[in-house]
Amino acid sequence: MTEVKTAPTDSRLNRAAGSTASYVDERTSIGAFTKFIARKIFPDHWSFMLGEIALYSFVVLLLSGVILTAFFVPSMDIVEYEGEFAQLKGLEMSRAFESTVHMSFEVPGGLLMRQIHHWAALIFTASIVTHMARIFFTGAFRKPRELNWLVGFTLMILSLAAGFTGYSLPDDVLSGNGLRIIDGVIKSIPLAGSYISYGLFGGEFPGEALIPRMFTAHILLIPALILGLIALHLFLVFLHKHTQYPGGGRTDKNVVGLPLFPVYMAKAGGFFFVVFGVIALLAAVFQINPVWNYGPYDPSPVSAGTQPDWYMLFIDGALRIMPGNFEYVIGGFTLSLNVLIPAVVLPGLFFGVLALYPWIEAWATGDRGEKHVLDRPRNAPTRTALGVALITFYVVLVLEGSNDIVASLFSLSINDLTLMFRITVIVLPILAFIIAKRLAMGLQRKDRELVLHGHETGRIVRFDNGEYIEVHEPLTEQERWVRVSYDALKPRELAPELNDRGVRRKGYRWDRFKAAWSRFYFEDRVEPVTPAELKAAEEHHAHELESGKKAAPEDPAIHP
Amino acid sequence: MSTDNVNHQGGAVDEEFTDPGVPADHRPRRADVDPKAANRAERQVAAMFGLSVLGTVIAIAAYVMSDVGGDNIAGVQNSTMLMGLGLFLAMIGIGTGAIHWAKTLMRDHDMVEERHELRSSDEARAGAVDNLKEGAKDSGIGVGRRGLLKGSLVTALAIAPLSVLVPAIGNLGGDWNVSKFRHTMWKQGVRLAKDPDGSLIKASDVTIGSVFHVIPDGLTELEHHQLEEKAKAVVLLIRMSPDDLNVQPGREDWSFDGIVAYSKICTHVGCPVALYEQQTHHLLCPCHQSTFDVANGAKVVFGPAKRALPQLPIAVDDEGYIIAKDDFNEPIGPSYWERLK
Repeated sequence: MTEVKTAPTDSRLNRAAGSTASYVDERTSIGAFTKFIARKIFPDHWSFMLGEIALYSFVVLLLSGVILTAFFVPSMDIVEYEGEFAQLKGLEMSRAFESTVHMSFEVPGGLLMRQIHHWAALIFTASIVTHMARIFFTGAFRKPRELNWLVGFTLMILSLAAGFTGYSLPDDVLSGNGLRIIDGVIKSIPLAGSYISYGLFGGEFPGEALIPRMFTAHILLIPALILGLIALHLFLVFLHKHTQYPGGGRTDKNVVGLPLFPVYMAKAGGFFFVVFGVIALLAAVFQINPVWNYGPYDPSPVSAGTQPDWYMLFIDGALRIMPGNFEYVIGGFTLSLNVLIPAVVLPGLFFGVLALYPWIEAWATGDRGEKHVLDRPRNAPTRTALGVALITFYVVLVLEGSNDIVASLFSLSINDLTLMFRITVIVLPILAFIIAKRLAMGLQRKDRELVLHGHETGRIVRFDNGEYIEVHEPLTEQERWVRVSYDALKPRELAPELNDRGVRRKGYRWDRFKAAWSRFYFEDRVEPVTPAELKAAEEHHAHELESGKKAAPEDPAIHP
Repeated sequence: MSTDNVNHQGGAVDEEFTDPGVPADHRPRRADVDPKAANRAERQVAAMFGLSVLGTVIAIAAYVMSDVGGDNIAGVQNSTMLMGLGLFLAMIGIGTGAIHWAKTLMRDHDMVEERHELRSSDEARAGAVDNLKEGAKDSGIGVGRRGLLKGSLVTALAIAPLSVLVPAIGNLGGDWNVSKFRHTMWKQGVRLAKDPDGSLIKASDVTIGSVFHVIPDGLTELEHHQLEEKAKAVVLLIRMSPDDLNVQPGREDWSFDGIVAYSKICTHVGCPVALYEQQTHHLLCPCHQSTFDVANGAKVVFGPAKRALPQLPIAVDDEGYIIAKDDFNEPIGPSYWERLK
């Protein structure tokens, strides 16, 4: 190995660096901070990069967004198009649309910046959702990270708000119809709906106020909130220190990995440039949101195959899937449940469950300790199955949100397709739950099998008596540790209803609920192999090799 | 797993496996053992950084040479692609270079850092409580003391935001006249005009099976609120064979010889219901696929809408132009709470 010399030489550059550092340190005590931060350890895993993608695409959004604001005019004043694009000549349009077309066709690099911004937005939302899924499936939201989960959840909601407000700014037909749908949804809210709509649009739809208002939200309010919450999110990551996957020497009391300086400065810093580069490549090669083809917003036209950006599809799908009979008139007032349920109640419940999930699961575990070693998803079968069920539900809604495209792609009747999705949106998540849970437990049993009997080697041995067996190679200590070092939690015990004086104790019902909830999570479980079991299995193998006899191994630790 | 971590003595098997610790065996990489490989890695990293420089040059050259402006779509596409590819190289070169450097030449075996419990120590907690108590004492608002002061402060703080919020929110909606939702530009005698050019429509122009996208005559001359009025007033004019048309009771004189006019705004969430199928007389909303049967009062036959499209009563004037006989008899578009009030 070559020695790397890093001792400072007495060069002029080093003296200058030293005195600069000293100058800054005397005014900020940055020295102590550098000591704390420079060799901070981070564990390594590809799935830890998902959150990084979100962070870096947000930086790209800020950079490209600043350039766009130099050319975009957030105004709904009507002008006649006098630009260079022949198809739009003489058409009336808002300044917002006109300036969008102008920056696309007449500003060098303007179209590239628009496409970078839009692609970065899609990747931003997508990486947040996948990052959140990673946190969910590995249990990284457990104590002490519940609050940071909530911060991340809020960031996810803000990313949707940022995406939607930005998508609507160019004031084209597609986004305008999207806004009209939002207007229809808002109007369905009981009591206040009309007034919320009227206040939002500054009068009747579409009005002249919305785009300037959304512009302020999009370039100031929402990014400022996102920036502040990202700072909090990362502060908490540093405070908690990063979680780590199970492995030798990795406990809830340490963190095993590589130092921030230089390894993660290079890897994570380099990854920013990779993310930026990939977004630039997408923007260079794939056209996105060609608003000049859609035309300026006009309340009359609409075209088939109109989909919102991907992150809004599930709400659109929910609107499409809902049967129309659920509108009622009560005492002369109209209650439009056919809109309210899919577009307000359902996303509210969906996001509510997501936001509160760390506490929902904690009811079942009753665990009070800090958890820094991640779960392998198979070792938390019920959680994994719940996550898969939620994702399945979401995906069915996304598919229903594209039902016209699915129907024309596969030459299906759109009515039949919607009827089918009305059934599958309920049935599939349940099926997915059952299958995912069984798969997770199957994988756990596979782990047991491996630990007990070792790797298959493909080496066949023939005994004197003519019998063949395959030789198995035992796992290394490290391989084994990954597969046995998990907690197979048991359902919580329920303390008796009556206390020693025969009086019903306080909080019994709540405890009973938690016990039932805990049974739902942990009734079915696969225990990790114990040393005794391994020893028994080894003895069995030895015996087998000796006698050349073979018998099916018992596996008593597996519960149904 | 049991929390019992005791190793049983006397030859018995442990209750649980023991952590083998961080793997000690570190498999060296080529660059760790072979100076030539290390030098090669250095050259590779430098080449990637060099690629980035090249990318920057390409991006700037693409900008300088860009041929945008004029009706030159190909020029815009070319400069976008070339500039984008330059940017891609400029970024990916730095990124891959740095990562390759980290993976080949930087440390790659794990280090361990201890964690500390996040909970503050008992002394720190006690200190915090003491400090708060002292502060409370200094302010004179200990437990159960100065209730008036505390109560008035909380009240003032709680309602003070209203001093900003009430005017701010109050101004958002302008005149707050939500009854505007109820009415459109249509009234007795307004002629039907084609969208978007505004030319008038004679009954004789409307052949069986045809469909017209209609706006009220005079809409395009409006000085203000043209889009708002259009958003409410757009209508579809459809003619079918009078035999096919099942006229709704009470609306016998709302149509003319098989010509009917319905609001184009979906009663679900307000998309324009633009797709007409001639054979079935069905209107389909492309947004959420609510389907309305024009031959039967535009009632819902499929999808998430509940109510039929509002019908515009029409007639033909002396000059043969189609005119409205009145405004819609109900609010158009999506449902809202006080729509029937």
